[in-house]
Amino acid sequence: MEILNLEGAEDTPKIMLDKANGIFEISGRSLPEDSAEFYQPILDWIEAYGNDHNPSTDFIFKLEYFNTASSKLILDVLSALEDIDGVNIIWYFHEDDEDMEEAGEEFSELVELPFEFKTY
Amino acid sequence: MILAYEGEFTQEITKSILAMVERNMDSTGEDSSIKRKVFNVMVESLQNIVKHADNNSSKSHSAVFMVGKQKEQYTIISGNPMNNDTIDLVKDKIDKVNELDKDGLKAYYKDIIKNTKISEKGGAGLGFVDMARKSGQKLVYDFQDMGTDKSFFALKSSIERL
Repeated sequence: MEILNLEGAEDTPKIMLDKANGIFEISGRSLPEDSAEFYQPILDWIEAYGNDHNPSTDFIFKLEYFNTASSKLILDVLSALEDIDGVNIIWYFHEDDEDMEEAGEEFSELVELPFEFKTY
Repeated sequence: MILAYEGEFTQEITKSILAMVERNMDSTGEDSSIKRKVFNVMVESLQNIVKHADNNSSKSHSAVFMVGKQKEQYTIISGNPMNNDTIDLVKDKIDKVNELDKDGLKAYYKDIIKNTKISEKGGAGLGFVDMARKSGQKLVYDFQDMGTDKSFFALKSSIERL
């Protein structure tokens, strides 16, 4: 399966989705002009991955900031991951960033996925 | 006053404004939690203008964005012309947000994110809720009749400094 690797920018997150090496990560800042358009390739990749997935998947979110339009798309990403067996979400937040911690907790309440919280 | 801008609003201009205010807050050694909240409210406010400001407005009707800093708080003000037929919708949304306390806003946020699709303008319908949550303050707004079928919509949020 092809690797999806997008360099981060000041308004878009870094994306690394690599089945062979077991790396699944969205990190940085997410405030794209068109969040639906930005996240579509990620949703497509996850859908394809679901048809031939690894036995377990540690999916990392390490976001410094995301806007409200991105939050809707992050929920879509999580919902897509819900359909795949063996997915574990690792939600990173900066140790003094209570809002990012709370955002992770809220997502964990909206989907049926195990969440692990870590600070950086 | 940290920044006042009047004119065209695009994603590129949004990024420039964010970078300028961030640099200002960095240079004054502002607390990181306050910086994040100011950044958060600025993004929602700026992207609201980019998505909803009437692009057909003549130059004299262009949108404005301001960030002010006082001893106790940061103030973020946006202003843009709006068609009169959308005023009630916007008023209802902000009034609803202002009625809710912290837990109410959290519940409302979760309700919207679960049940709403992204609009054709790219919004999630969460902007005002998020601004109220992150600022921890009521949103203050005003509509000034501009004479034709438009009004000038001004929105102010404040973020307390610790």
